[in-house]
Amino acid sequence: MDVVSSLWRFRGFILSSVKREIQARYRNSLFGFAWMVIQPLAMIVVYTVIFAQLMRSRLPGVDGTFAYSIYLCAGILTWGLFSEIMHRMVVVFVDNANLIKKLNFPRLCLPLIVVLSAGFNFAIILGLFFAFLVISGNFPGWAVLALVPLLLVQVLFAAGLGGMLGVFNVFFRDVGQMFGVLIQFWFWFTPIVYPISVLPEWAAALMQLNPLLPLMEAYQGILVLGRWPDWGRVAPIAAIAVLLCMYSVLLFRKHAGDMVDEL
Amino acid sequence: MGTIKVSGLGKAYRHYGSRWQRLAEWVVPFSRTRHTLKWVLQDISFTLEPGHAVGIIGINGAGKSTLLKLITGTTQPTTGSVSVSGRVAALLELGMGFHPDFTGRQNAYMAGQLIGLRADEIGALMPAIEAFAEIGDYLDMPLRVYSSGMQMRLAFSIATCKRPDVLIVDEALSVGDAYFQHKSFDRIRQFREQGTTLLIVSHDKAAIQSICDRAILLNGGRVALEGDPEAVMDYYNALLADSEHAQVTQQQTADGRIQTISGTGEAGVEEVGLYNAEGERVEVVRVGEMLELRVKVAVHKSIPSLVLGYGIKDRLGQVMYGTNTWHTGQAIANPAAGERYVFALRFPANFGVGSYSIQTALVDRDTHLSSNYEWRDLAAVFNVINVDHCVFAGCLWNEPTISIEKQ
Repeated sequence: MDVVSSLWRFRGFILSSVKREIQARYRNSLFGFAWMVIQPLAMIVVYTVIFAQLMRSRLPGVDGTFAYSIYLCAGILTWGLFSEIMHRMVVVFVDNANLIKKLNFPRLCLPLIVVLSAGFNFAIILGLFFAFLVISGNFPGWAVLALVPLLLVQVLFAAGLGGMLGVFNVFFRDVGQMFGVLIQFWFWFTPIVYPISVLPEWAAALMQLNPLLPLMEAYQGILVLGRWPDWGRVAPIAAIAVLLCMYSVLLFRKHAGDMVDEL
Repeated sequence: MGTIKVSGLGKAYRHYGSRWQRLAEWVVPFSRTRHTLKWVLQDISFTLEPGHAVGIIGINGAGKSTLLKLITGTTQPTTGSVSVSGRVAALLELGMGFHPDFTGRQNAYMAGQLIGLRADEIGALMPAIEAFAEIGDYLDMPLRVYSSGMQMRLAFSIATCKRPDVLIVDEALSVGDAYFQHKSFDRIRQFREQGTTLLIVSHDKAAIQSICDRAILLNGGRVALEGDPEAVMDYYNALLADSEHAQVTQQQTADGRIQTISGTGEAGVEEVGLYNAEGERVEVVRVGEMLELRVKVAVHKSIPSLVLGYGIKDRLGQVMYGTNTWHTGQAIANPAAGERYVFALRFPANFGVGSYSIQTALVDRDTHLSSNYEWRDLAAVFNVINVDHCVFAGCLWNEPTISIEKQ
């Protein structure tokens, strides 16, 4: 509980850090905030125009010009959130070594800043994507509300796993390197670019072990078909996410003292 | 509010032979410990009452910074405990949390929040921060155009914008120009007068002696000496001089002060006396009077060179004047064992009213750091009185002739 209260006391610091991080990126540019929108917009345009219009990729079993594009964006955008949080959590303590070594403040502010600023970036992208869905007449309806709990589970999962790796990375920098390698395999081991149905049976069975699979299927179901997710399939990963977060906080508290000495 | 209580404090860093051993310790269940502890601080205990000021001194690597980090709670102790009551401000690393692309004002909010102030508090204190830093329009310019001195001014102003119950200072004062150094030191002094407990780490003798009522000397991670700042500083000086053969002794003089004698002992002062123009030995001298300091030195072992140095210190232990026979070109080459020399140093007592002490040093060249045969603090004491000059303040007698013209 004292963790929560100390974070609450530093809420001003956390919020200004997030704000500052966002501002810092565009501070010395002419168009400033516009770049925040232009970049993800370009990404969405690339995926939709190139795949739907030029390559004419089609999603097996679903009609519609944009079905594959929407399928792809549903996966890539949410994967982007996951991967941004993970990448930054792994190095959150190492990168802030200077601050951690020299000041006494609630260090759990740092992961929280990461999560909040990644969340902000994602909100912009998601907003643009929704705009695209509405304009192209593909907005899936009320089922999008299901995205809220799903994204929350995903953020918790990423923060928990990333936080754990972040603590390990302080002591063994191999963790960060290894993570960089593994996450590439993980991306292709998740049905984002291709549907799971194209895989041979053994590979599809193996993929059931991927904790992100239920989330991805749920996102794609919602955004492509407007289908509500199967909560029973999401429940295990939600439980894993909560446990990971709790474990990470415990791990952090156990090694916080050693971490300062090691950094 | 403002008590620091340190008891049995110790800090050790884990040392592993290799990273694999650390991994083994993490993953092998019930494994034996595979690290050795490297102690940097051991057995530190002291209590600081509210409103008191203590200086911490010691050579590099003595553990001073680690001690401060333990007190501020940045690092965790291995043994013992630290308890601090009240709000703590630490001037350990100024400018933490500064970002070069943001303005001074924006950075002030950030740095202030990082030390636990709320945004509205900082807003209210901003005029005071602005006034103290005296950086003018720069406050609204990005930090990257600041000089390092201006950054330091801003950082100091933020760190001290609100009087803390405990203030911890680590050499931060040596940054900035002379004007700001004085200004920041004055602010620390004011805080002290208003009841802030102060913990200062410094190599600056003058700073410690003028503001602290106690000093702690750390050596090799332990408390080597704790007590009156002047005595501790003298001992520290002696410790600096030589590490191997030096013997350091401290004894109480008749008037209750602590005399420190240290050195390797190849030569020693046998007698020190202050004489007036009539050749009488004196302890009370008049302002401006001619004095002669006679120092009788015995050489116990043949040495390549013998230099006598002396310094006259005021009541607070600040050196008023000091020089040595190396600087005057009078070093004695190759004195043999058994020889005796009498040095007579004549100078006018151009000092202000007060009590002074004389320290002597027998060395081989211009500093006492290469060879220190004997270093003696409080070798002699004298009082200066003013009987035949106009009344003046200060420790220097520098009488003017004043002419006034009415226009």
